[in-house]
Amino acid sequence: MSDQNDPMAEIRASFFIECEELLEALQDGLSEMDEGSEDPETINVVFRAVHSIKGGAGAFGLEPLVRFAHRYETVLDEVRSGRLSPDHEGQKLFFQAADHLSDLVRACRDDATVPEDQSQALLDQLNGLLGEQEEDTEVTPEEFEPLGLSLDLPDLDALPAPALTTYTIRFKPEAELYETGNEPQMLLRNLGELGEAQVSCDTSALPSLAELSPETPYVAWTIRLQTAAAEPEIREVFEFVEGLCELTISDASDTEESPPAETLPDAPATIALAGPATDPVEPEEAAAPSPDTPRKSGSGAAAKSVVRVDLERIERLVNLVGELVINQAMLSQSLEQAGLSPHSDAMNGLEEFQRLTRDIQDSVMMIRAQPVKSLFQRMSRIVREASAAVGKEVRLVTEGEATEVDKTVIERLADPLTHMIRNAVDHGLENNEARASSGKPSEGTVRLTAAHRSGRVIIEVSDDGSGIDRPRVLKIATEKGLVPPDVQMTEAEIDNLLFMPGFSTAGKVSNLSGRGVGMDVVRTAIQSLGGRINIFSERGKGTTFSISLPLTLAVLDGMVVRVANETLVLPLNVVVETLSLGPGDVQMLRPGAFVVRVRGGFVPLYDLGVILGYRGPLQDHDRGIVLLIALEDGNRAALVIDGIEDQRQVVIKGLDESFYRAPGIAAATILGDGQIALILDPSDVIASAGSIRPKDRALAERMVEHG
Amino acid sequence: MSLTILAVDDSRTMRDMIRMALAPSGFTVHVAEDGIHGLEVLDGIDPDAIITDINMPRMDGFGFIDAVRGQDDHRATPILVLTTESAPELKMRARNAGATGWIVKPFDPVKLVKALHMVAG
Repeated sequence: MSDQNDPMAEIRASFFIECEELLEALQDGLSEMDEGSEDPETINVVFRAVHSIKGGAGAFGLEPLVRFAHRYETVLDEVRSGRLSPDHEGQKLFFQAADHLSDLVRACRDDATVPEDQSQALLDQLNGLLGEQEEDTEVTPEEFEPLGLSLDLPDLDALPAPALTTYTIRFKPEAELYETGNEPQMLLRNLGELGEAQVSCDTSALPSLAELSPETPYVAWTIRLQTAAAEPEIREVFEFVEGLCELTISDASDTEESPPAETLPDAPATIALAGPATDPVEPEEAAAPSPDTPRKSGSGAAAKSVVRVDLERIERLVNLVGELVINQAMLSQSLEQAGLSPHSDAMNGLEEFQRLTRDIQDSVMMIRAQPVKSLFQRMSRIVREASAAVGKEVRLVTEGEATEVDKTVIERLADPLTHMIRNAVDHGLENNEARASSGKPSEGTVRLTAAHRSGRVIIEVSDDGSGIDRPRVLKIATEKGLVPPDVQMTEAEIDNLLFMPGFSTAGKVSNLSGRGVGMDVVRTAIQSLGGRINIFSERGKGTTFSISLPLTLAVLDGMVVRVANETLVLPLNVVVETLSLGPGDVQMLRPGAFVVRVRGGFVPLYDLGVILGYRGPLQDHDRGIVLLIALEDGNRAALVIDGIEDQRQVVIKGLDESFYRAPGIAAATILGDGQIALILDPSDVIASAGSIRPKDRALAERMVEHG
Repeated sequence: MSLTILAVDDSRTMRDMIRMALAPSGFTVHVAEDGIHGLEVLDGIDPDAIITDINMPRMDGFGFIDAVRGQDDHRATPILVLTTESAPELKMRARNAGATGWIVKPFDPVKLVKALHMVAG
């Protein structure tokens, strides 16, 4: 079997992948049960997941996994059959068991040491659920056994003598034998393989053809078998038909019964006659199975057909599509320059080409996109563990699990999210007494949501805790010398101190989240994904961390603009409007701070050329061009540019580590003419433009009221 | 002797294992993911034997055997049940549903081949 080593390894690998899916289904099912789902299919799914893991684990001889899964499955089976209904603690235990099961799976996969004592503790608890009645489920003998007992004696005879023994076997099938698809011919042939068989067919019970009922077995066989095999081996041949036939096996070595039978080493002819396999359609029989319809099961598991592909191949495809987009841009630029009529065939063809390119791109992106569900499920485990560690009752509410995000993004989000979730449980939520005294339910809630919003993915972690204690944050930051004393800071600025390297508010370092890794690490991780993180906190009500990520790391609908002879690209989806300024549209709040009038309202004005350091402030905004930008916090801002060049798809080329991370610059791209342009992140640009905002915004709003 | 086998199991690992166990013996193996899928696959082929799991979504093994036995063409097609338990009552249930025999998981490839030869030639 050495030649099967390779395929085995492959199947083993695919088993562990399947395990991940099953564990996910298990988590889902348990959550549904926890939410009070009454659907019987839910527990079925949960049971099947554990069952399948056990089955596969058995095939690979993963003993600890089999043992644990077996007991877990047994308990779930009790639930499934309605003999056991788990209470709150029981549900918790199921979750723990699921977590442990996934630990075991991973330990087996990585050939790591299996946490046996933890297994034992959980097994004991699971046994506790079962009660005493079923200590050992492995063996439950039933009335099936007695038949097998008779074989002890001949067995003793057979063992010392490997010589040939002659057995007389009488075998008379009953109707059920045929109904289960068994076939005497096969049985006789299998017997024949054990030694030399003389088969005689007893057709004495066969009625005349007129009286013959086609599905009634009439014939019986007597086989004289001369074999070296012992009786158990002979019985093994009949294993599947035990109880479906009259079977006697006797040692005939001494009792030389007269064998009147014609010696038939092979019996096919007889059987073809006798076996009801030659069945005419029988109404009475056919009627029975017809009314049964497939058992209806819950809606959930519509079987999707899935192909697994090496991620590298997809990466390659993504890159190629990126090149295709660049190439297409170049082509359209050269066709335009050639002065072709927009109605020419070439231009029409190009339009179609553009549409196809876009479709291909979307499809490719969809390949890499994955629902964040698996990520969220991991977080639910973090919540369970973290809340147990600090002794708080915490409920995790998730929303938008189906939101799809690029797979690489999902993978790289796990660590920052874990940290944020731990923070929320440890620091965000108050302890039970504090919650009780402020009139909140003792069970804290951590909410994890994902959603697509204006071309980005927003992932939020919020708690209903006490909110950020800003005076304390400011005090700590001052003490640690992160900010000068007596500095005046807005609430948002104080909140952002949490992201400063070396900042930690935990009064005492808890064993949970205070491990010296701060929110600054989280922010760095998010930024490296092209994302941003913001804090919204309200005293007494809770804190929300909001992560905003680009949908894809590959392509962007961009607006190509010109500022001080530099070409820049802005994400099209943030551009709400473009304006051309007239005299009096721009008003100065104070030197260096301007607002622009937009249909009766005022919006703060930022000069891109100044912010990016391309040129000095403009003296005159008259006839300037302004992009009205929607910011994520719901506010708007106006960016002064010199001109709009184009609106097109650009391929995002990441700026690697060797580039200085300039604020506001998200990435770069290659334009149709081969020129390199920077891609801006407008929110970041504006944030980096300084802290003039909140005060000025308030002022701007006042001006609106009066104007 | 080349046999055509239909294997129905919701676990990809099991389907792979069955395929791998049977391929060296020259069996032609068709696979399906659950009972309903099994019936769909069965529609286009005429297997010498069927192997089926019991615990499956949509339609379990019992339902599947029942439905197969309900088709005139397959009243006598050998059906082996894959079961993780060797508990007698499970075998009895399988048999009552019309299964020809059973194989206890984890199965030994040699035994699986032997069992198939035993029921299907």
